[in-house]
Amino acid sequence: MSDRIAYINARLLDPATGTDSPGDVLTIGDEIADVGALFGAGLPEGSIVIDCGGHCLAPGLIDMMATLGEPGREHKETIATGTRAAAVGGVTTVIASPDTRPIIDEIALVEFVERHAQATGQVRVLPAATITKGMGGLEMTEFGLLMEAGAVLFTDGYKSIVNAQVMRRALSYASNFNALISHHTEVPELVGDGVMNDGETATRLGLSGIPGIAETIMLERDIRIVELTGGRYHASSISTADSVAVVRRAKDKGLQVTCGVAPYHFALNENEVGHYRTFAKVSPPLRSERDREAIVEGLADGTVDVIASHHRPEDPEAKRLPFAQAAYGAVGLETLWPISLELYHKGQVSLLDLLARLTLGPATILGLPQGRLARGAPADLLIFDADTPSRIDAATFQSKSKNSPFDQRPVQGRVMRTVVSGATVYEQRS
Amino acid sequence: MTSADAKPFPHRHLLGIEHLSADEISALLDLSDAYVELNRRPEKKLNRLRGRTLINLFFETSTRTKTSFELAGKRLGADVINMSVEGSAIKKGETLIDTAMTLNAMQPDAMVIRHPDSGAADLLSQKVNGSVINAGDGSHAHPTQALLDAVTIRRRLGHLEGLTVAICGDILHSRVARSNIQLFGKMGALVRVVAPPTLLPASIERLGVEVHNDMVAGLKDADIVMMLRLQTERMKGAFVPSIREYFRYYGLDREKLAHAKPDALIMHPGPMNRGVEIDTEVADDINRSVIREQVEMGVAVRMACLDALVHQKLEQPTDVAAA
Repeated sequence: MSDRIAYINARLLDPATGTDSPGDVLTIGDEIADVGALFGAGLPEGSIVIDCGGHCLAPGLIDMMATLGEPGREHKETIATGTRAAAVGGVTTVIASPDTRPIIDEIALVEFVERHAQATGQVRVLPAATITKGMGGLEMTEFGLLMEAGAVLFTDGYKSIVNAQVMRRALSYASNFNALISHHTEVPELVGDGVMNDGETATRLGLSGIPGIAETIMLERDIRIVELTGGRYHASSISTADSVAVVRRAKDKGLQVTCGVAPYHFALNENEVGHYRTFAKVSPPLRSERDREAIVEGLADGTVDVIASHHRPEDPEAKRLPFAQAAYGAVGLETLWPISLELYHKGQVSLLDLLARLTLGPATILGLPQGRLARGAPADLLIFDADTPSRIDAATFQSKSKNSPFDQRPVQGRVMRTVVSGATVYEQRS
Repeated sequence: MTSADAKPFPHRHLLGIEHLSADEISALLDLSDAYVELNRRPEKKLNRLRGRTLINLFFETSTRTKTSFELAGKRLGADVINMSVEGSAIKKGETLIDTAMTLNAMQPDAMVIRHPDSGAADLLSQKVNGSVINAGDGSHAHPTQALLDAVTIRRRLGHLEGLTVAICGDILHSRVARSNIQLFGKMGALVRVVAPPTLLPASIERLGVEVHNDMVAGLKDADIVMMLRLQTERMKGAFVPSIREYFRYYGLDREKLAHAKPDALIMHPGPMNRGVEIDTEVADDINRSVIREQVEMGVAVRMACLDALVHQKLEQPTDVAAA
């Protein structure tokens, strides 16, 4: 069996070089060996040939935030099911949220995630560790040692660090190791008992609202701290027009600030809650149409660096409840790419820019070699058809949980093949 | 007399006012009027729901609403079961849906639910075969309260259209306010909400109401002054600084009432906090306070709703007309 695989007859898309042209890719083992118009003169001898049939070939997607359930929440997701979902979704690298049970705040636990992912994962899983011990918001974890063990970023998941002094010290200390701090920004007192965006819909439904300032105030605080301490800061998930403006200003000042969004924040607005649909209960909450439009603009002009699935599997027991009692979160690995493609089909973000938010963007922030079609880069590839219409069907998800706000949504574009380290981990059969 | 003059009532559940048209609301009020007459007779029992089962499922303590639904069911001839959260399986971790499915298996024709969470009645209605009546869910809706307020006013003033209704107090947490805003809006009345900014929900003006922070301006020339209960734990600095400051600026007393129309009616969904949102003298004003009438109308309105939902039509009860 040859370890040389030729992907021929593809439309090559690489945000790293701005490439959008017909061509081929040759992989040898787990690396990309060559990219370009390679096989005009004839197919290479001794290679396995995969004809892409003119479909798009891009670097595999890198998802900066997904909850994989293990350890401790195996009834909602496991690394095996979560990475199978990733493979179906064209995601070749997943950053595993440390918000598990136990919480990933120790070297041994980072190593557990790595080992378990090696044994059961279908795509690359890179562990994240928490910023504070037990996500308690008070004591820093061992950034240096955890990075040595393999942690690629630090986050307290969907919890915010309320104490500004703790955040200041964390950012300051993290800068020592060039560690990335990824933060969910919400002032808990302003969230209060809120469960959806503050506004007319919440008022009509009699639900307590979460004002946009809950997010923006903490984001602005963090950026002030970054100005003081330096360090690399990533706002994990922003949802409001004001937050986009705040990040834009920070970037204009030259601060090392980046931000991410979840697909539901550019594809949906607060109306999705309708009559108490708990699958539309996410954190931060779905916002107004004006906010949604601002997120799209931020993606188009590069203010928003990253689209991450914010995959958060929940079982029916956690969702079939009155809205206020239901769990937050939506699964997103299998809908990440088709929902993102909507922005391309609407003409709002170019295909290369869109891919950049899911490949080069996160790769650059995380310092990873993948996320580009370059010689020597890992052979992680996404082959997709950008146009074929289909309908999202949560019942067919590989994920153990089906809590998607996009169920039955018509979409255009589908993943044809996902390649990790030179091996096909998913292939569309139709 | 039979169904010749019966109007269809194409609703299985009563979850909120938003699903009802103005015509349907009027027809429900007409039917309620008929039941008011019945309730004033010594012999109050009818057979319209004979053999039917009504379950009152109360996850919040309530005296008047639960009693009112229980009496309404019994006067129509239904078998009525009351279930309160105390001592029920909910306390042992059973979910609302599990409880609903269990009770549904016992084939009730109607379930009345009160629950502290907004949307609980909607959720229940998706899981049961019989009718669901929302007796108050969180801060969302309390449709029978709005209907009984409307029938009280209509019997006193003869109409709803063109009236100015001032709803005062804790709008933020009030399901009564939300249902009344919808009902009186649909019936062509002008609705004002009067409260300090901390007790008003976001974008309340989008619900088609006039917003006032000042009682004098809010009550000016009002036909109806509807006071809402303010829970005492919300008055200790969280939403307003103190009871005395709240009463000074938002409590209904003679002085503030003087700005409303001279014959303005005073209403309160109960239970009242005397000396907090309403002065005792005003609450007990025999000419203007209709607070006790509201309670009486409550039984008749709930009879009308049960009758209409279970039979899916609005039909005047014949033996009442004959009486």
